[in-house]
Amino acid sequence: MNAFRSLSRAMFLGFVRDRGAMVFSILIPVIFLVLLGSIYKGSGTPQLSVVEVGKVSLLDQASSRGQLSRILKVTRSSDLGAALNDVRQGDADAVAQQQGNSLVVHYSIADQVTAAVVQTVFASIVQQADEQAAGRPAAFRLTTQQVEDKSLKPIQYLAPGLLGWAIASGATFGAGITLVTWRQNKLLRRLRLAPASTAAVVCARIGISLVIAMVQLAVFLAIATTPYFGLKLTASWWMAIPIVACGTLSFMSIGLLVGSFARTQQAASSIANLIILPMAFLGGAFIPLNFAPRWLQDVSYALPLRYLVVGMQDVMARGDGPASALPAIAILLGTAAVLTLLSVRVFRWDQV
Amino acid sequence: MPATICARDIRKTYGDLRAVDGVTFDVAPGEFFGILGPNGAGKTTTLEIIEGLREADAGEATVLGLPPWPRNPALLPRIGVQLQASAFFERLTAREQLCTFASLYGVPARRADEMLEVVGLTDKAGTRTEKLSGGQAQRLSLACALVHDPDVVFLDEPTGALDPQARRNLWDVLRAISAEGRTVVLTTHHMDEAETLCERVAIMDHGKVLQIGPPAALIRALDFPNRITVSSGLVTAAEARAGVPGAEVTDDGVTLAIVTRDPAPALGWLADHGALAGLQVRGGTLEDVFLQLTGREYRA
Repeated sequence: MNAFRSLSRAMFLGFVRDRGAMVFSILIPVIFLVLLGSIYKGSGTPQLSVVEVGKVSLLDQASSRGQLSRILKVTRSSDLGAALNDVRQGDADAVAQQQGNSLVVHYSIADQVTAAVVQTVFASIVQQADEQAAGRPAAFRLTTQQVEDKSLKPIQYLAPGLLGWAIASGATFGAGITLVTWRQNKLLRRLRLAPASTAAVVCARIGISLVIAMVQLAVFLAIATTPYFGLKLTASWWMAIPIVACGTLSFMSIGLLVGSFARTQQAASSIANLIILPMAFLGGAFIPLNFAPRWLQDVSYALPLRYLVVGMQDVMARGDGPASALPAIAILLGTAAVLTLLSVRVFRWDQV
Repeated sequence: MPATICARDIRKTYGDLRAVDGVTFDVAPGEFFGILGPNGAGKTTTLEIIEGLREADAGEATVLGLPPWPRNPALLPRIGVQLQASAFFERLTAREQLCTFASLYGVPARRADEMLEVVGLTDKAGTRTEKLSGGQAQRLSLACALVHDPDVVFLDEPTGALDPQARRNLWDVLRAISAEGRTVVLTTHHMDEAETLCERVAIMDHGKVLQIGPPAALIRALDFPNRITVSSGLVTAAEARAGVPGAEVTDDGVTLAIVTRDPAPALGWLADHGALAGLQVRGGTLEDVFLQLTGREYRA
């Protein structure tokens, strides 16, 4: 066996036998994906809950028809006081009553969007009923056409976001902790005294980190594309593979820099956490950047994690072409090159 | 035959500290050479310069006729190194550890099994290195240093943190390595270790070599008085003083001690009086040599 293969094997065994590393790089991100994916699954399809007090014939007709039936959830009640209270508490969106020819709708303006939707929906119900009663055809006809939906459903930003975070921390810790541990136990010096080349050692470490990142990618895709979570991969999703590879190199270089400064494993993992966790929040791993305030979007451009996460979102969920990932790839590789050069300057063989 | 290792006036300074301050010595082929001194004497730095891990500020070192610095790929396969700490890959078994090191030197895995046998760890082949005892880890580390059958072996405090039993156990392995004709250089702060293992020792303190020679010769050169002890109550101190003129005699109620530079008459007199029960004769040790050279107690 040559040096590269045996070093790769040694590092691979070292990783799979390290329960902590397995839990942190694979299990915890997957748990986050499953939990957050399930929590946010329902959001994005708003329904109006309307309490019908007494008989409201207009509402009964409307809710049995076409599109309205999909957004209206009607419950019946005879107690007006209790129904109004439900609206005040936010448990129901509106209360509807019919008094002769008059439709009375009670709503709350605590949520202005819901309030507007309630008014619009009921106005249109009344208008349609009027037209039918008058028996004349509508002067204008509305034709709707659906455009391609470019906004992301929760699973479409959660999967790339959490995956980006998992890859970033896996690569940073992999490189940083390995460097500090090997310096502490003098393996670094011992390897220098063996005739194996430095390239073999470095390439073996990079190779193992890439394998781990690809396993993370595969596990995430396998879970997110189940019917339950319903992630639909777009045509160029395979571009996520080179993005993940370049992201891994980029974050390994961060780990290398951390490992060059830190003296102990504890210090290295604290510093790595201090870098990765805030970056995960600011770089769009946990919170989708489209919903983020302007300043946060601006900050995110300075963080390599942004390019990893958004790059994956673009090709996996937004349906962008393969070429769209190239700027992200270039930035990730550039970060890797700059930080590696910096690490070489501050690199130490020994603790003292 | 040319020397296997040559060190000529090597120097290394860290800030104000002169860690190695003009060290010169030769090691002959097949020799078991010890560098002895208290912690901080400069032993490890000296060794690291010769191994090629550090660049000397001044002076010259060669190993097998080759300069070790900068990293010399022609030399590396011919030297075996055991560093102070146990430099292992995390979470590998003893055998996997050895096989990995073997492959770094292009040596087949079969050789790893042989080495496990040599250091007596065959039954620990499947044990992870984190679970090995101190002595076992040290022997495995030795096996990793020897797996490619090097001509020269460097051992940095191989018995550092071991209990007496494990130390003796390791000494046997070290003697066997030396008996195979390898040149062995070892650093230690244990006087007894240097005395029993090494053919020659260099005694170091404050970055300088104080004296070099075979341990027995260094001790003999001191002309240190012998201390003869027997059980108390066989003869009285007064009788002994009268019987062995010129000796210093004390009796603490347990042991009667006779300190003299001429042990033959004293032993003859004790034998004549049937007073040899509990006999011990102690000459000087390397510790006495160190005391003599530095004027202070040896503290490891």
